[in-house]
Amino acid sequence: MRKQRRNRIIFVSSFIFSLSLASVFIILAMNENIDFYYTPSDLTSSKIINKENLRIGGLVQEDSIESSQDSLETNFLITDLENTVKVNYVGILPNLFKEKSGVIARGYFDYSKGIFYAKEILAKHDENYIPKEVKKALVNDS
Amino acid sequence: MRQFFSQLISFPYFFKLAQLSFPYIFVISIFVILLGVSWGVFFSPSDATQGDVYRIIYIHVPAASVAQSIYYTMVVASITYLIWRIKMASVFMISMAPLGALFTFLALFTGAVWGQPTWGTWWVWDARLTSTLILLILYLAIISLFSSFDRRDSTDQAVSIIVLIGGINLPIIKLSVEWWNTLHQSASITLSGSSIDNEMLIPLLISILGFYIYVTAIGMRRMQIEIIKREITHNWVKTIFQEKR
Repeated sequence: MRKQRRNRIIFVSSFIFSLSLASVFIILAMNENIDFYYTPSDLTSSKIINKENLRIGGLVQEDSIESSQDSLETNFLITDLENTVKVNYVGILPNLFKEKSGVIARGYFDYSKGIFYAKEILAKHDENYIPKEVKKALVNDS
Repeated sequence: MRQFFSQLISFPYFFKLAQLSFPYIFVISIFVILLGVSWGVFFSPSDATQGDVYRIIYIHVPAASVAQSIYYTMVVASITYLIWRIKMASVFMISMAPLGALFTFLALFTGAVWGQPTWGTWWVWDARLTSTLILLILYLAIISLFSSFDRRDSTDQAVSIIVLIGGINLPIIKLSVEWWNTLHQSASITLSGSSIDNEMLIPLLISILGFYIYVTAIGMRRMQIEIIKREITHNWVKTIFQEKR
């Protein structure tokens, strides 16, 4: 009975070990494909990504939003604080879309013009939750 | 300690313990959930960026936390069953799996409702959302596996192995937001602290606690039912029902 139990322990631990090893390899192999979006640095680096449904993400650069007066067209810059990419989008923007906050654009990158034509804009919010009054006080202090 | 443990895994003893404590635990859980959720929804301040939409956090985070924790405990149970063949471990797995599926679904559903106004989409195939969907599928697979074998012990064994394999998904869910670029933000509450303001955090923690107590209560009840199903021919079950009459 004791021996049987010891064999089971060996079986279970080697099972867990090989399983973890296999998943580590799978994850390492798929690492790039699991990323939901690319960063502006990925785009401006030598690597050319010609995809119809490419996603780039980063922060909306300060003072970069130019909204058209008579259409739904918006131009803005996405930055990862190292490189920026110019984005053109026609459509309704999500509520949380604003300067210095996270954004993910889906579309294609025109390398000759250096403009990213977005078909969809998603807002990405951060993990901080703070009451309005507290935020106001913080802003006034600084 | 050893004696307490061996009593806990004996069916009649556990049944009586659960029978006695269930009403109290259940009532406490409802009270704590109502306290946490109503405090969060009605009395906590609105968020500076998200406004009032963020209040769904008081359901979403507890549900997601419970959904993953149930699976962690099921992995422990599966190892226990595979090594020591303790029947209580398999009773635990079959009783908790539907609860896990329910709360995973709740987490996905509230996440979608939250994502629509904030992100601008119900669903994206990012690493966090997809790995949580895999968790739901795992729970459903485990539930269906339980009813697909004829022999009890081969079922329990097969399920234990599936639970163990699926355990790989847990660190992936946890670390997906750190390892990869995802639409879902990274964790607000970590071991080193929290990036949620205290006025919002306290009701959230109460709500999380309430969900855990609720799952404990319902889990115990479900385990009782499973024990009765398995031991229906035994004398101690008969005596219990005769006492009732």
